[in-house]
Amino acid sequence: MGYSGSTGGSPRQAQDCLVYLDHAATTPMLPEAIAVMTAELAQLGNPSSLHNAGRRARRVVEESREQIAEAYGARPSEVVFTSGGTEADNLAVKGLYWARRAADPRRARVLVAAVEHHAVLDSAQWLAAHEGAEVDWLPVDATGELPAETLTARIGTAPDTVALVSVMWANNEVGTIQPIADLAAVAREYKIPFHTDAVQAAGQVAVNFAASGVDALTITGHKIGGPVGAGALLLARGIEPVPVMHGGGQERDVRSGTLDAPAIAAFATAAQIAVKRRDEEAARLAGLRDDLIRQVMAAVPDAILNGAPPGPGRLPANAHFSFPGCEGDALLMLLDAKGIACSTGSACTAGVAQPSHVLLAMGADEARARGSLRFTLGTTSTPADVAALGAVIGEVVDRARRAGKS
Amino acid sequence: MPAVPGSPDGAAMTMRVLAAMSGGVDSAVAAARAVDAGHEVTGVHLALSSNPRSYRSGARGCCTLEDARDARRAADVIGIPFYVWDMAERFDADVVADFVAEYARGRTPNPCLRCNEKIKFAAVLDRAVALGFDAVCTGHYARLDNGRLRRSADAAKDQSYVLAVLNREQLARAMFPLGDSTKEEVRAEAARRGLAVASKPDSHDVCFIPDGDTRGFLAGRLGSAPGAIVDQDGTVLGSHDGSYAFTIGQRKGLRVGTPAGDGRPRYVLDIQPVSGTVTVGPAESLDVREITGQRPVWTGCPPPHGPHGCLVQVRAHGEALPAQAALDGDLLRIRLASATRGVAPGQAAVLYDGDAVLGSATITATA
Repeated sequence: MGYSGSTGGSPRQAQDCLVYLDHAATTPMLPEAIAVMTAELAQLGNPSSLHNAGRRARRVVEESREQIAEAYGARPSEVVFTSGGTEADNLAVKGLYWARRAADPRRARVLVAAVEHHAVLDSAQWLAAHEGAEVDWLPVDATGELPAETLTARIGTAPDTVALVSVMWANNEVGTIQPIADLAAVAREYKIPFHTDAVQAAGQVAVNFAASGVDALTITGHKIGGPVGAGALLLARGIEPVPVMHGGGQERDVRSGTLDAPAIAAFATAAQIAVKRRDEEAARLAGLRDDLIRQVMAAVPDAILNGAPPGPGRLPANAHFSFPGCEGDALLMLLDAKGIACSTGSACTAGVAQPSHVLLAMGADEARARGSLRFTLGTTSTPADVAALGAVIGEVVDRARRAGKS
Repeated sequence: MPAVPGSPDGAAMTMRVLAAMSGGVDSAVAAARAVDAGHEVTGVHLALSSNPRSYRSGARGCCTLEDARDARRAADVIGIPFYVWDMAERFDADVVADFVAEYARGRTPNPCLRCNEKIKFAAVLDRAVALGFDAVCTGHYARLDNGRLRRSADAAKDQSYVLAVLNREQLARAMFPLGDSTKEEVRAEAARRGLAVASKPDSHDVCFIPDGDTRGFLAGRLGSAPGAIVDQDGTVLGSHDGSYAFTIGQRKGLRVGTPAGDGRPRYVLDIQPVSGTVTVGPAESLDVREITGQRPVWTGCPPPHGPHGCLVQVRAHGEALPAQAALDGDLLRIRLASATRGVAPGQAAVLYDGDAVLGSATITATA
């Protein structure tokens, strides 16, 4: 859900200096992306139109396609623009399932990591409920990692019954990075299409579509400094999912809908900049993140750092803790009142936090899953943000403990 | 703007206030008034249903996604932070299960009263205090006067009856900013403030029975439990599928074929939950002069060990009747000045001195 508290006119909420530690929910747009987008918003033309105005808009889209392809190691023809990560995940999971099932009715199994984002998780569950799929949840270890041997074992002796595999590149809650190339190699061995949701990874670690060996890869603009509403599914040649949305067939006949040239241009600008600055920024954020972990552990010695240890197995901008004896929503509210935005990192129904399926899959009990908070850094994060959290987290946890589990 | 009660000696004092926002007009205006009074207010919508995924039309409860959205929008307009608190498990255990169990015992519970006692001014209040809040604000129509609960200015909307179960500690942390206003004034104020809920219909049903079919809801929870309908002589007049479908004083829906000997209407006089026997008879047999209550609460006067002259109200929106009340150990004994009808065990007996609440108890027996 991310930062959901309303901001209005009351004195307490009128703080201009928000400490924003929720970049995994959405990132501030880069000034360069805003400039490109606002300029393009003033232009006329449907990229599918054949006249001059249409050709001008098409040129913007195609240049953006090339920039995104270059940023993520794909060919331009492999970039299928979508409205964002959720649509790209739906297209990959449902579309590949339908295509594979139509070609061979035995392929009913969908192998999905238990820690996936709901866009993948719920798509797979929907296929099971309505399309005769059999979902095989791939278990993770206590750090959230899915070892390649687990996938090999699950494919087992019946590779001909698998429609597709979907494993996220990096987890949106606990930041654990999966051995994607190893997992993709296992799937490739059995000629099973492999999809990965790289929405969280794309801005923070090297994501190279061709080198990774995956067949389909989801990215989205607003997690890397671009706008909400523009994303893409990178689709290898020869991988043709059945469309989810039908219409004009604008994107390789697998995705229909008028292309949003201003948002796509801003997405491409953000992708270029994010990739260019990535190594330097990742090192800076990892340093800040390590400092955040030190400060939180110093203030709350019994806090538990969830996910992989800091290092190559974890997103550099992610820190995720369980605070024993606390409810995550009480912690979030108390920090929000102090101008610090973070997330319980879990799904919502009418705004009600459910215990995180990610932590449960990692073997946490329900209390530990409920008492957790995610802090994620980004381009605008500073040591002062980390210090602001470090200054209050101790008293906030004390207070939330007094409120207990309700 | 009426002063917001709750601060000792009425002095202006800034408090941290948690406003319970149902998504209706009353709680929205109450929260806005608390802000106007200078308090630091945070809005909270209580998710009480374990399955809130439905948008309903028609009768309104307090458990839908639509209500959560309405509450969020009201908080936006007022300009306060807003959160949803999941109280579904507590609500199910303390209110819904109690409601079902009371009917199974042949009693007639009031779930709103139980929700105030166990959820809004217990689970929610406790959590609010632990998180640093000073008070819980609701849109109830009642007044607080130096910690004493009084009827609201709008007699037709008065909700002091469903709040009279609160003890002194609970009342000390309560804030009812609407007590001096009429419903019409509150709706007009909501419109002036730009709150979209200004014209939202009032809720009347039990919020966890959205279709209003209490009998069907109980049948689903308690199953079929057939029993006899008898007259005062024990003559069997008919049968029923579950005694929980009846309330003392009920006249309609008895489905007793033969008319009474004297041709006069018959009413439910008694419900025996174990045998399932429902006794019916003439209206005068409903006359009650003595009421016994358990779990007495005293907030408006010292506990009366001798007979204490007062008024007693035995159901929501009922009349206040002259009576003498006295404590007898853990029980409250009430003697009415003149007989009344339709007193159902499970309801609260609330004692008043004029418009001030003295105390309350849950009715267990009548004579």
